[in-house]
Formats: sequence, C-alpha cells, structure tokens
Amino acid sequence: MENLEQLVQDGLNAVEKADNLQALDQIRVEYLGKKGVITQQAKTLGKLSAEERPAAGQKINEAKGQVEQAINARRADLEKAAIEARLAAESIDVTLPGRGQDLGGLHPVTRTLQRIEEIFARAGYSVEQGPEIEDDYHNFEALNIPGHHPARAMHDTFYFNPGTLLRTHTSPVQIRTMEAGKPPFRMICPGRVYRCDSDMTHTPMFHQVEGLLVEKNVSFADLKSTVEEFLRVFFERDLKVRFRPSYFPFTEPSAEVDIEWGREPDGSIKWLEVMGCGMVHPKVFEYCGIDSEEYRGFAFGLGVERLAMLRYGVKDLRMFFENDLRFLRQFR
Amino acid sequence: MKFSEQWLREWVNPNIGSQELMDQITMAGLEVDGFEAVAGEFSGVVVGEVISVAPHPDADKLRVCQVSNGEQTVQVVCGAPNVRHGLKVPFAEVGAVLPGNFKIKKAKLRGQPSEGMLCSESELGLSDNHDGLMELPEDAPVGQPVVDYLKLNDITIDVDLTPNRSDCLSIKGLAREVGVLNSLVTNAPSIPHVEAEHSEVPDIRVEAPEGCPRYLGRVLRNVNLQAETPLWMQEKLRRSGIRSIDAAVDVTNYVMLELGQPMHAFDRDEIKGGIVVRMAGSGEKLVLLDGQEVELTPETLVIADHEKPVAIAGVMGGEHSGVSEKTRDLVLESAFFDPITLAGKARQYGLHTDASHRFERGVDYEQARDAMERATGLLMAIVGGEPGEIVEVASKEHLPKARVIDLREQRLADVLGLRIDRTTVEEILSRLGLHIDKLLKDGWRISVPSFRPDISIEEDLIEEVGRIFGYNNLPVTEPTGSLGLRAREEAVRPLSAVRNFFVAQGYQEAVTYSFVDPKVQQLVDPEREGIALANPISSDLSVMRTTLWSGLLKTVGYNQNRQQPRIRLFETGLRFVQDADGISQQPMLAGVVVGNQNPENWVNGRRTTDFFDVKGELESLFRLLGIEVDFIASQHPALHPGQTAELLRDGEHVGWLGALHPQVQKNLELNGTILMFELFLNSIVAGYVPNFKDISKFPEVRRDLAIIIGSDVAFAQVEHVARKHAGEHLTALRVFDVYEGESLGEGNRSLALSLFWQHPERTLNEDEVHSLFNGVIDALKEELGATLRS
Repeated sequence: MENLEQLVQDGLNAVEKADNLQALDQIRVEYLGKKGVITQQAKTLGKLSAEERPAAGQKINEAKGQVEQAINARRADLEKAAIEARLAAESIDVTLPGRGQDLGGLHPVTRTLQRIEEIFARAGYSVEQGPEIEDDYHNFEALNIPGHHPARAMHDTFYFNPGTLLRTHTSPVQIRTMEAGKPPFRMICPGRVYRCDSDMTHTPMFHQVEGLLVEKNVSFADLKSTVEEFLRVFFERDLKVRFRPSYFPFTEPSAEVDIEWGREPDGSIKWLEVMGCGMVHPKVFEYCGIDSEEYRGFAFGLGVERLAMLRYGVKDLRMFFENDLRFLRQFR
Repeated sequence: MKFSEQWLREWVNPNIGSQELMDQITMAGLEVDGFEAVAGEFSGVVVGEVISVAPHPDADKLRVCQVSNGEQTVQVVCGAPNVRHGLKVPFAEVGAVLPGNFKIKKAKLRGQPSEGMLCSESELGLSDNHDGLMELPEDAPVGQPVVDYLKLNDITIDVDLTPNRSDCLSIKGLAREVGVLNSLVTNAPSIPHVEAEHSEVPDIRVEAPEGCPRYLGRVLRNVNLQAETPLWMQEKLRRSGIRSIDAAVDVTNYVMLELGQPMHAFDRDEIKGGIVVRMAGSGEKLVLLDGQEVELTPETLVIADHEKPVAIAGVMGGEHSGVSEKTRDLVLESAFFDPITLAGKARQYGLHTDASHRFERGVDYEQARDAMERATGLLMAIVGGEPGEIVEVASKEHLPKARVIDLREQRLADVLGLRIDRTTVEEILSRLGLHIDKLLKDGWRISVPSFRPDISIEEDLIEEVGRIFGYNNLPVTEPTGSLGLRAREEAVRPLSAVRNFFVAQGYQEAVTYSFVDPKVQQLVDPEREGIALANPISSDLSVMRTTLWSGLLKTVGYNQNRQQPRIRLFETGLRFVQDADGISQQPMLAGVVVGNQNPENWVNGRRTTDFFDVKGELESLFRLLGIEVDFIASQHPALHPGQTAELLRDGEHVGWLGALHPQVQKNLELNGTILMFELFLNSIVAGYVPNFKDISKFPEVRRDLAIIIGSDVAFAQVEHVARKHAGEHLTALRVFDVYEGESLGEGNRSLALSLFWQHPERTLNEDEVHSLFNGVIDALKEELGATLRS
C-alpha cells in the first residue's frame, strides 16, 4: 500500500504540472479512469482478507478523492485562465462605428401628414382618399363654385380638357364622401393638390388636409374648438388662435385661422394665416342629398407644407420637391 | 383695393388710430394686405411763390429765381423747365430734410448763391414724376407747410377683398363697414340732381337686356377738357393707386372709387346715330383704349353705335370713341351689367380692369342714377358744359330680384353656438343696411339691399351677424357625436407600415411632382403616352406620370450632381394612365437604388447593390405584408434585358424589378448600376390573418446535394421540380451555393441545395427520407438534365 501513497503523490504532482485542460483530462484518465492506476489498485483488494478489505478500500477511495479534488481544483483554475485569455484576446474597440444598413427617413410632408392623421384619428376621424384628376363637378360645381363664379379665378387650375382637371384642393373628397355614405361624417382627406402657379412661395403641386364633420347638432363654436385644439396639439404649444371672417363658396359662415407667431417690431402679436374653415354651405349639402335642416357640418382645410415649414423651420417651399438628400435626411 | 385713409375718414371717422382701424377692418373680413405712406418723409417744405425768374449768367439751363415763403424772399437757383413767374411750388427751405435724409443747405450753383430748392413730385416721394416742378394751385397759401396743405399725413391702405364683397370696392362701402364696427353714422356727400340745360338726349337701345338690365346716358355739351383736374381729386386718385389722365376719366374713376359704380365717357361726335347695347357680332373688331385690337366673340356684350362696337361693356372703352382734349360734347354712361354675362370676359381678352373687376363681382343695381348725377356735378365743376336729361333704359324683368329672407333666431343660435340677444342682432343688421321688414315670432324678415348681391340665404345673414359680433367672441365648445367603432381589416397593412419598412432598409422617401418631363417618361415608359396637361406650367412638367420612375430617376440625377453617390429612394403615389375605360389613377410604390449596398465601413462596405440585394428587400416586404410573389424573368423596355423580373402574385401582375437599361441610363445622364422597382400598392397590401398550426415535436432532417445544370435553367425551375418530388413533408428548400467555372464546362453552373423534411406526428425514418431525396435527384436528372456534382 506504500505504492498507493506514491501513486497519489505522483498524481498530485502531475496535476500540478498540467498546463491545459487536455493534459489534465489525460491525467484523470491515467489515474482515475477505468484502467487508471489508482482505480487498478481496487483489484488488489481481492487478495486481502475480509477484515482488511474495508479499510484498504477506504484508503483507495480516499486516494481517488484526493486526486480528483486536485484535478477539479486544477480544472477550475485552468478554465478560469482560459476564459481570461479568451476575454483578453477578444477585446475590441467598442468606439469604432457599427456596420450595416443606414436608416432612411420619411419625407417631411409625409411625416407631417402622418402626425395630422394620427391627431384626428384619435378623435374618431376616418382618413379618406379621392382622385387627383377630378371632374369639374366635384372640384367646383358641387362645392358651390359654378362656371362663372369669380372664386374660380382664385384657383389657377390645370386642365386636361374643359371638364377634366387636376384637383385644386382636397375639398372634392368632402363631396365624394358625402355622396357615398350617410351622415354623420367625421373624416379627413390628406393629399396632393395642384395650382398653375410657380414662384418663390408657390409650387405647382402641394398638399392639403381637408376635414369634415357632419352631425345633427354642430356649431361654429364646435369648429372653433376643433381647430384650436388641433393647432395646439400639432405645435405642442398653447398658442393664440384667432378666427378672421373670410369667404369660401362652400362654407357659410367662413373664416380664416391665424395663429400667434412671434411679435411685430412694434410689439404687437404677429399673426400667421394657417387654415381656412367654416360651416358647410347648405348648397353643398343639397348637392350631396343631405337635408341641411336636419344636419349641420363644419369643414376645414390646411396646407401641409405651410405647417411643416412652421414646425421645422424650413424657409423655402420649393425644397420639399427638390428631394435633395441633404434636405430629406434632416427629417428622419 | 387701395384707398386713402383720409378719404375714408371724411365719410366716417372713428376715434382710433390707423393701425387699430386696419386691424378692425381685417377682423371684419376685409383683409388688409398692407399700407404705405402717401409721401416720403420730409420736413421744412412750404408752399413757395416764384416772384421772379432771371437767366443764370453762367449756365444755359439754370435760372436764378427769387422765391417767397410768405415772410421773406430768397434766391434759389433752379433747373426745372416749368419754373416761371407766379408759380406756386413746394419749396424746401434751408434746413429742410427731404426723403432719403437729403439735407438742404446754402449752396452756390455755378457761382450763384442758392438758398433752398424747388421740388418735383418725385423729390417729395409723391410719385415717380420728375419731369419738372410740382405745380401747386394758384390759391395755395404761401408759407404753409406742404405736409399740411396737401394733407400728406395719410396712408394708402390695400385691402384684399374676397370676391363676395363687391360692396366694399368703394369708399362708400368701406365706410359703411367701419360705421357698423364703431356704431357710427357715415357722412355721405349730398348728390343734388343736375337740371338739364338743353334738350339733347342720347338715343339708347338695349338689345341685350339680360346682359344689361339698366343703362343710363346723358349728354354733356361744350365742355373744356383742357381744364385740369383739381389737385385734391388727383391726390385722392393717386392715393388709391390711379393715375390722373384728364378730367373726364378722372371724374369717372373718382365716382367709381367713391360709390363703386364704374362709368364711361364717350366723345359724342364719335357715336354715330346712337347707342346700342348688344352682343358682339362674330368677327367684329375693336381697338381698345390701350391700343390693342381685339376680335370680338359673340358672347361678348358690347356698347355699339349704329355702325360698330365702341366699347366692351363693363370692361374697356374703344380708342376711337374715347374723349380727348379736343372733345367738346360727351356722352356719359352709367349702367348695370349682369355679372354672369361679364364673367371671364375681361380675362378672355387678356384684360383686367377696375370696371370689369367690379361688374363681375356685382355692383349696386340701384345706384347708376346717383352715380350719373354725382359724376355730372363733379365734372361740370371742372370742365363746365351744359348737361342734358338722363335717359334710362331698364328692364325690370332682367334686373336682380329683390331678396327677402327670414332669419330664425333658433337657427342663428344653432349655427353660431350662441344665442345673441335680439337687440344686438337687430342693431347689427340695421347698420349693415339690411332692412328689417317685420319681426317674426321666431326671428326677422329681412330685405337685402341692392348693394349686397352676396346675401341670398339665411346662412349669409347668420354669417353677417357672426362676423360683426366677432367670431372671436363666440364660445368654444367640443363637438359631440357617436363613438361607434370603425372597421379595420387586419389583413390589410397600413401604408405607414410599408413606408417604415423601406425607411428601415435605408431608403429615403421622396415626393416628386405628378407631372413630369415627357422626354424622360418616353425613355422609361416608351409604350405608354402620358396624359398631357392643356396648360402646363412648363414643358418639363407637362404630362402626368405613368410610372413613378420618371420622377425618381430625375431625383437620382439631381442628387448625383450634388456629390451623393449612394442613393436609395422610394415614393408612393398615383400614376395616371389613359386606358379604354378612361383615366385610371393607380396607387404605386416605387424605388430606385444606386451605389454601395451599405454605407462605407471599416471592414467591407464597398459592395455595390445588385439585383439580389433589392430582391431580398422586396421578399422581406412581402413577408411583412403576408403575401407570396413570384419573380419571373421577363423584358421591360426601360430595364436591362438580362436583369428584369416581372412580379406575379397568384399569376396576376403586381410590378417590376430590374436594373435600368444601360442605354436609358446613358440618355438620362445617370451614373452607376441603378436598380429599380415599381409595385401596384393595391395588389400587395392585402395579406392574411395568421392561423395557428401545431408545432411538430419531431426532429427535422436535412439533406444536401450539389448539381451541375445548364446555366439557362432557372433556379425557379429547379425549385419547382424539387418541390414536386419532395413530398408533402418538405419544410424548406434553400440554395447555399451557386458556382460557375471552367471546370463545369461551358454553359453550366453548379447549384448546391439543402432540403429539410419534418413530419408533424412522428419521426421520419431514414428510408423514407432517402427515397424522397433520391426521387428529387432522379427528377432533376431526368426533367432538367442535371448531373450530381461529385
């Protein structure tokens, strides 16, 4: 049995010397495996008497345990060292820029439109669409703008032929929505509109959002709150809003909406016109087969680029349609 | 309309400053566009009198004048041609400051001392006229500051009137509004009847009473049109943006500005036989006052004599029949022309006159006589002459009908959202000139005056009450209504999801014009003709886009010219196609990509985007939308013939993907390989609602194979054959290598595929998989001529 002690000592020495996990495992096999030198000692037990066997067996087990413990401890050390070595090897400069696809962005007009749609959708407004090549009836006549009306001069219309044109406003979608359904209505229509006009402050195409609410009992006071709230929610500011009497053939009474936008040199409020609105004209209801004694409605319209310019500080309307990437990227 | 604040204040003078007055007018719905001082800023200029004029000893063009300021006489050297003895002129004394901070000092001009300066209109900022000295009337009080004498403490206010408010195209109408707003009575000038002094009356025949329901004429004989329009009238005209011409024109313009009634003066000698108001004959010609000759169309209402047209009614007079210095006898016209008959007529001849502007919007149909009397009186005070009787031809049947409208108190409250007390309502209505005929149980019966053609229904009255009461004094209440829920189809993905997908793939959204350059469109969509605008803004924006590529490719060029080599753009919007059923307006989604697939980076960021990058992006999009789309090799005239896929969903065409044809790219002057796609939005947004299936608990088996096959055999065919023979439990088929090389022989390539099988209810056994796998291999060999790669 002196041999056993020697074996343990050899084993412990070998474990001590093992400098990697593979070597360590080999030592384990060599000493503790099925054919390991310590395991083999168990075969000597047969030569011992029944009385001697338990003590001898225990010794062998102790010897195994001693070596096993050493192996485990050594393994833990080696594993730790291996992980540390790996960590050291795998260290990177985390400040280098990431790789992969860059992010694109929405056009500022879309961004603005989506914001407007979201604000109104929360109040139960549906989003409607209509054709951009329109007929004279929906763009003008049903909106109470007959052929001879001086208001037609306010619309520089693109024509294809005398009865077919590019819509000059999103208002025809009011008509189409009312024609197609039954009141009450609560809708907005965002979209492209066209006017034959091009200079510093006009582009031949721009975007509007039309709004329409038709209920049995709705008043100008309700219109005021809708418009005021919208503007405050949109600009996220408690700005002053005023309603200035104006004229649209399809609303009566009609108003233009100004918002407070800074101060004039003399200290008075600088007002900026941002929207038009009014109560739906009875004639428009008549064209759509709605009884204006039973239902009333309000409508409003706003220019999307105008709001986007104010919101984002864009100074030149034309930039929206140049699609210069250096411009577009600022809105993502 | 431009007007002088002072003139307005002669009619109604509220105790408020100019700014407040303008704010008030604006808030009443008559938007003030701007204002400007009627003269430059100056001081130290008085009415001077030229006492004597002597030649300058050393300068031919200069004169040495003695000028009195009423207290003393000083010497002034002057170069103006019209300086003369006795002339009253604006005299800038030493110490005066003229517009532009020009200080007047003692000076010597060619050796002669000069103490001050005699001024032209332009030197005082009154006009651009610098032809000579401004001549003041003989009775101008010497020594009075010119600012006071000419009442230059005035502004010209420009109101931008909406087309319904024709009643405010006059001082009278504006004064009425200001009176209502300030609860003040207006001071109208009295207009006395001018008695006839002779019996000559014009012969007037109205053949088109629907266009001209009322026509008044009067002969004024023996006038002196060399007489000059008085300065006060010239000044009022000037401050209203109208240049003084001669007394006859000035007076008609003055009356138009004052009362809103456009008028005209003819030379009686040029009216042959009499006046006929009729529609023009086809092909008739007329030389207008501005010198242009127009060919009249039969829808044009004209004033004619017995031989020819002499004026386009309500638009512009003819040159021939117009008054001149030599005219001795006049025929004055004051008429009511029908707005609908006149609508668009001025524009048709490329004209827009103060008269047509008013007649098209509607003038007061009861005012022609007052205007005639007013003009006669004013004119005679200047040019003398003997007036005749007024001849009036009116057709009651064609004149606008008197309008009586009931206004219900309840309706007023319902529409405005506020019950305004009756007294306030009545006060507002009355001051506006709306006559309350009768008090009704639930409101008022109201007669609309002839000067408010815009008021014809109850809502118009409600607007008037609301407007004067003040929209901003109305309450603010939340609308009420039903809170029903709206349908929302789950299978249809919102457009915003599609947009956000592309944004995440690095695409920047563009918004390009719907009308494009036909030359560009011809290149990208040669088989379709764009719908052409009749009145395009320019030739490069003259046809409607048949594909969104037209605008996007132009945008690529724009950005490439601005040092942007890596471009990824998408756009959504309508395309416009003329087909057999008419015009179809289809929502499209299109994209263009050029440059590196990824932004350049520090490992390997310089790989150019190719077909399969974009195809992969579209495949992801289709997974997002829950649809399956096949990419079929095809041909498109704008695309590279070897890199074009037609996209089919259930066999239906849904779009194109491909590389821009190199020739088209060259013609468009673009750089790099441009990948582009265009999809019909409506065909792709509707996917499916997920339907759960049990997850198999049993292992998945993978088998790989590599085949050599002709390069002309599309992968789609390989996949089709493989799937057909792989049995129902095939869960996936992937390509993991594509190789072409000499070792494979000309015209061949190798494809490496992996196939995955899984059974939902049991483990597939080795034999089953083996037999399916061999079946696939055999089919590829037999049907497509593939060989296994060893």
